[in-house]
Amino acid sequence: MTVDKQVERHHKIPGFWQHYIFSTNHKVIGIQYLITAFASALIAAGMAMLIRLEIAWPEHSWPILGTLFPGAFPGGVMRPEVYAALFTMHGTLMVFFFLSAALVGGFGNFLIPLQIGADDMAFPFLNMLSYWVYLTGLLVMLSSFFFSPGGPASAGWTSYPPLSALKTAIAGSDWGQSFWIVGMAFFIISFTMGGLNFVTTVLSMRTRGMHMMRLPLTTWALFTTAAVGILAFPALTAAVVMLFLDRHFGTSFFLPSGLYVAGKLLPNKGGSPLLWQHLFWFLGHPEVYIVMLPAMGFTSDILSTFCRKPIFGYPAMVGSILAIGSLSFIVWGHHMFVSGMNPYLGLFFDITTLIIAVPSAIKTFNWMATLWEAKIQLRTPMLFALAFVSLFVTGGLSGIFLAMAPADIQLHDTYFVISHFHFIMAGASLFGIFAATNFWFPKMFGRMMNETLGKFHFWITFITYYCTFFPMMFLGLHGEMRRLYDPVQYYTMFKSLQPINVFISINAFALGAAQLVFVFNFFWSMLRGEKASANPWNANGLEWTLSSPLPYENWEGNSPEVQRWPYDYSYPGAAKDYLPQVVPEQAAAGNY
Amino acid sequence: MEEIRRMEPIEGIHGLPEQVSAEQFAPSAFSRNRKKLMMWIFIISDALLFGSFLAVYTFERFISPSWPDRWKIFEPGYLAVMTVVLLSSSTFMAVAVEGLKQGKNRRFGFFYAVTILCGIVFLAMQAHEWAHFIGLGARLNTNPWGVPLFSGLFFMITGFHGFHVLTGVLILSFIGVLKLMGKVSDETIELAGMYWSFVDLVWVFILAVIYLL
Amino acid sequence: MKLLKRPLEAWGMFLIFALIVVIGTASFFIKWMPPLASNRISIDQMMNVLFIITGIFFVLVQGLTGYFIWKYSDQNKERSTYIPGSYALEVTWTLGTAIILAVLGIWGVKVWKKTVIQAPPPNALQVEVVAQQFSWSFLYPGPDGVFGKLNPKYISFLNPLGIDPKDSAGKQDVWTKDDLYLPVGKPVVLRIRSLDVVHSFFVPAFRVKQDAVPGMTISTWFIPEKKGKYEIACSQFCGRGHYTMRGTCFVVSNVRFQKELAHLRKEDEGE
Repeated sequence: MTVDKQVERHHKIPGFWQHYIFSTNHKVIGIQYLITAFASALIAAGMAMLIRLEIAWPEHSWPILGTLFPGAFPGGVMRPEVYAALFTMHGTLMVFFFLSAALVGGFGNFLIPLQIGADDMAFPFLNMLSYWVYLTGLLVMLSSFFFSPGGPASAGWTSYPPLSALKTAIAGSDWGQSFWIVGMAFFIISFTMGGLNFVTTVLSMRTRGMHMMRLPLTTWALFTTAAVGILAFPALTAAVVMLFLDRHFGTSFFLPSGLYVAGKLLPNKGGSPLLWQHLFWFLGHPEVYIVMLPAMGFTSDILSTFCRKPIFGYPAMVGSILAIGSLSFIVWGHHMFVSGMNPYLGLFFDITTLIIAVPSAIKTFNWMATLWEAKIQLRTPMLFALAFVSLFVTGGLSGIFLAMAPADIQLHDTYFVISHFHFIMAGASLFGIFAATNFWFPKMFGRMMNETLGKFHFWITFITYYCTFFPMMFLGLHGEMRRLYDPVQYYTMFKSLQPINVFISINAFALGAAQLVFVFNFFWSMLRGEKASANPWNANGLEWTLSSPLPYENWEGNSPEVQRWPYDYSYPGAAKDYLPQVVPEQAAAGNY
Repeated sequence: MEEIRRMEPIEGIHGLPEQVSAEQFAPSAFSRNRKKLMMWIFIISDALLFGSFLAVYTFERFISPSWPDRWKIFEPGYLAVMTVVLLSSSTFMAVAVEGLKQGKNRRFGFFYAVTILCGIVFLAMQAHEWAHFIGLGARLNTNPWGVPLFSGLFFMITGFHGFHVLTGVLILSFIGVLKLMGKVSDETIELAGMYWSFVDLVWVFILAVIYLL
Repeated sequence: MKLLKRPLEAWGMFLIFALIVVIGTASFFIKWMPPLASNRISIDQMMNVLFIITGIFFVLVQGLTGYFIWKYSDQNKERSTYIPGSYALEVTWTLGTAIILAVLGIWGVKVWKKTVIQAPPPNALQVEVVAQQFSWSFLYPGPDGVFGKLNPKYISFLNPLGIDPKDSAGKQDVWTKDDLYLPVGKPVVLRIRSLDVVHSFFVPAFRVKQDAVPGMTISTWFIPEKKGKYEIACSQFCGRGHYTMRGTCFVVSNVRFQKELAHLRKEDEGE
């Protein structure tokens, strides 16, 4: 492409359809991703409310639900199949279509080019394709509620065969599971396209002076996440292809000999259900870090900004991101300690899992040390980032129990696990998303999010989050299993715990309701919020040197020259307490 | 604590090169070959997909009490021809790309066409092989040699590879037509060549794991 | 009180973090785990130590974070101190964490070896556990101590486990549905299998959990040490009736156990 053509391109702002719908602009795609992901989160959160309703008041009749969904709640009582479908889709939507999509597709797209000083992603068209494929996947997933006989997939988000492979094993494995497989395939394709783009962009499009050790930790984390995704998802691709063949073409990759289901002996021969578990968790565990790492990156940047202080131990932070990213590939077996896997393998995964705790601990200590001797500004993004640290610590420490294979015997598949990953993976990432949304909102829409509403949302969310998920640890220690439609009808040992379940559910409802405040704040501020200046938080990153809202083509070809790392807050001798990355050394003492 | 307070601000960013002037950092080394870089990453990801399938094959094989004797099933000579055809096509592709770089369009055209032809021959041979096995009664879920998993894995993995070869042939033909119309850059042809070599390389692993070992 | 002058948010965060520390710590002094009724005391010991170690870290990290938030929200200060890092501190806490985790890891390996890998005593009672949607069946060998072959081919109403009628060893095998009888104090090997989907055999009081995977027979062993009635749970989601898949384990005296077996055999012959 010649220079003339490039210049021409920069001054052409496309019409409505190309600008807002079929856009190849990384910022528009990022916002599309983010809003779609929030929508799927709301749907999945609604499912969680129904799940909690059922657990706290099992088989209770709710006439209003009976009227609204006569098929799923005959007489107002939820059917067990519906319960299974709800927790399956809750997990799938939240993990893949909300957390991964919002963090990687949403913020990744929006932030990476801005933070490295590029005008767009390396392959804008591929980027657009990635969003539309993702949306298709989401629609396929959701359509299974309406179009699949037998309802949506119901074998859990992990879809362990034979349950997920045999139509007769559970209603959702009829057509719902096929919808699930197709939806996941779309998601994987979309994620791979995005990942290719991110890695290439970070490696090849950094502006002058932006060497790797000057990247903000957000970009480091998003880059690592994209790489981890590219390397981990192929295993799930292989797995879903084989599951599809098992379901529709009579193969037996995951189906052993002698299956006797619903009064019939099946002809399958020789497969292994454990194989699916290995393949699934080979993706599944890196997936946990795919949603963890970006949130860690946001937290690092936000903590540093509002502490007005450099992030503590930047090289160690980068190192631990890379360490977590690479170690995440050799810990998958800790999901399988009691699965019947060779117990000697258990020893291996026990050790590797404890090793991965070291970089996580380093990050925590570095965040704490960032607070030390700071002058903290407790704005909404900062509050969420601080809460992230708290959730991460609680979740991480409970993770030590689960990493220890013998303790996992007692805790596996109980509410302890639910509590653990809702703190560390779901919760911490969710808080990371809230922090980042509040923080970068001015860049997205040129307006500030409302601080009062933001803080209100924060306090309710933080408190109810702990009240919802912390007591689950006690249920788990006692042995109460996850995924029970009715925990007390058959098991007398859980009867005494039922008040805890009621307490959890009430908090869960409050937690769910509080998210509506966020949704309102998001859209209200988008239209009516206070107009934002270019750099409302006095932050250092390159994105803050541009106007708010951002110009259509970022730097329009005049990419900035980076002079320093992004963490020069309260630099001794500088006039102001921040030094944007573009300020040269000599100028530091003068204007800034 | 005292020690930390006394740290010089610039050296304080420990482990970093100290405030190097920006001129020393030309734009990243990758920036000129952005598309190639992406192709490499894609190839790694796709290779892992084949890796997963082959790992599955190995896993299933080890948990099976017995496994068919491949030497009785496959014809070594036929296999050798398939392999030679596919691998030599990689070489032809490399010669074609080299010709393109040197501006020798006739050489490029000839070897490019031969590459596509090799791909088609390979596909035809594979189709014939499949037809032969299907004629013998092999299906995804059953086969005359015993372990039913074997034929399932065989058809899935070779089918998956064949699909890649087919895609490769289609891409090469499409790009060839575009080249004739003068609408395609040399870089795109090189990228297609990279993909083609990858598909050929994967065949070596499939050959080793499924047919030979 | 200039010292205590802080934004409201700082006080709020301080309060929440303090509550997290206090309530979090206090609640773990309650014995949540059901009282141990088997020989797997090493798991309980390990859990207790884990509670102490993670508890210390929990209090330390959450407490310090809360305190730091409060302390450094002081707006009278002119500026933050520029501290990009400290090798000494970072190396200390990296090594410190690594050492603690290494010790835990070695210990975990030991306990795992003791509970899972170690072979059962030779005199152990063998029981075949067969899981299916949505019930448990327990098969005891005849006096010969050998199980007959199970083959799903032979499954029928009267033979729901598919005991091979041609195998003489199976003639005297007896089975029960949903009720497992175990003699107290005697090692027992459970040979766990499944007929359809993945289930999981779980008795919280025994600290025993093992997935039942179709196509595999997975053994796990323990010694029930307290007489009583324990609920057997399926802890792996297995379908519509997952929540109904409860069994009961009766740990009884050896005499009573033999009586039950004899009774079962008699019933079996009666058929």
